[in-house]
Amino acid sequence: MSALLEVRDLEAFYGRTKALHGVSFSMTAGGITTILGANGAGKTTTLRAISRMVRTSGAIRFEGQALESRATEDVVRLGIAHAPEGRGTFVHLTVEENLKLGAWGRRQRGELAQDFERVFGYFPVLASRRRQAAGTLSGGEQQMLSVARALMLRPRLLLLDEPSLGLAPMVVREIFRILRAVNRDAGVSILLVEQNAALALDLADHVFLLETGRIVMDGPSEDLRKDDAIRRAYLGY
Amino acid sequence: MDIFIQQVVSGLATGGIYASLALALVMIYQATDVVSFCQGEMAMFSTYICWTMLNAGVSYWWAFLGTLAISFVGGIVIQRVIIRPVQHAPILTIVIVTLGLLVIFNSVAGWIWTYVQKPFPSPFPSKPFKAGNVVFGAHDLGAITVTLVVLLCIYVFFQFTPLGLAMRAAAHNPVSSRLVGIRVGWMLALGWGLAAVFGAVAGMMVAPNLTLEPNLMGGVQIYAFAAATLGGFTSPGGAVLGGFIVGVVENLVGTYVSFIGTELKFTVALAMIIVVLLVRPSGLFGTTIVKRV
Repeated sequence: MSALLEVRDLEAFYGRTKALHGVSFSMTAGGITTILGANGAGKTTTLRAISRMVRTSGAIRFEGQALESRATEDVVRLGIAHAPEGRGTFVHLTVEENLKLGAWGRRQRGELAQDFERVFGYFPVLASRRRQAAGTLSGGEQQMLSVARALMLRPRLLLLDEPSLGLAPMVVREIFRILRAVNRDAGVSILLVEQNAALALDLADHVFLLETGRIVMDGPSEDLRKDDAIRRAYLGY
Repeated sequence: MDIFIQQVVSGLATGGIYASLALALVMIYQATDVVSFCQGEMAMFSTYICWTMLNAGVSYWWAFLGTLAISFVGGIVIQRVIIRPVQHAPILTIVIVTLGLLVIFNSVAGWIWTYVQKPFPSPFPSKPFKAGNVVFGAHDLGAITVTLVVLLCIYVFFQFTPLGLAMRAAAHNPVSSRLVGIRVGWMLALGWGLAAVFGAVAGMMVAPNLTLEPNLMGGVQIYAFAAATLGGFTSPGGAVLGGFIVGVVENLVGTYVSFIGTELKFTVALAMIIVVLLVRPSGLFGTTIVKRV
């Protein structure tokens, strides 16, 4: 299978501080991959590097196209949707306006009604909040909005940064159930960054373990789930 | 009572002009976080462009529309060529750049068109309009109408078009805007273009009252600052309302407070800025922005 996303020797810099020290991995189309690791390991930075929000060296290819020289808004146009850390909600705008903006980077601008129907199918609660300012939604609803907005792009790759952060376990399970459905029904590949390792391993079919800017372990998530030593050492459960 | 109504209407007319320029200031502020000092001079320059077209025999409304189009493009070019290279510089740097533009526009206008005052025509009949005992200037009523039409257009643009939505998004949250594929840089440039259009409207509507000269907008700019401060620099609607309030208050105070008269009218605007900043720094409709430094 050809790689959907291929990252080679990726280094990332915040000012003079190096946050990634030569990360290499690849993702096949249609899968769910998760990046696990402690705080400050470079998980968010990896996603930000793909979306061109941080200075990097090394190679990033998406469907064979180089991303390094592109601007964030052009990466989005290739079909990579990023639901960022902190959700990135347009709090002043309504739910509907947030979703419309999600479709901005898409080539075919029409057929919005169809997309609304699709995301409201996944997240019925957003339909009832349609005309409400997004800032007034609960944390869980804002996280759903963040995922829904990303789906409006009709992406081929979805980058998710800690969708479980600060949410009640029930809400998190609901969101993860929907992510699985999105991956299965629409064939959207997902690159997931999570602190909640148990949940992420459950959803993902492949896993990378990141430690202070390096990949220290890489394999099918099933192997990791079974390996008690690694689980205890790196994931703490 | 008749005098009161008359003064209120003429206050609304000048207030509309302040509102247009205040809206230009607010648009730039929201997009770039910077108070721009060159909007008034850009408006003056636009008015000269209109004057040049009128002198060349173009009919008024074509010259009006032509000026809006040229101002729009000019605003975009200024943002792309002059503001963009310094947009990540410290705020004071950008402020100084806009102050530099102020001086440049003023001097270049004087160089091209001289400092001799020029009459500027009003598109509206010079015959005043009478309702009972109250006399309204036709230009005042016309200016109010033009301002309201422009404000309505811009409201519809921002509320109901995808591009307007993208511009609002880019102003509020540039990072998330990039992540949905909005070209934020161009949205900022569009903002400068639209601000130049508002300024041009203000200039062309105020010039018949003041006659055209390179210092045409100096006073108006101060009033516009008062209006934007009063309404809150973060609220377009507040800036518009602030403009009308400043216009009416300025007129009423000049009429009824005998020691102020026409000489001290100008001071009223400055006094309003100080009072607002003392009592309610975020303005009537502004939101308080807390920044970590």
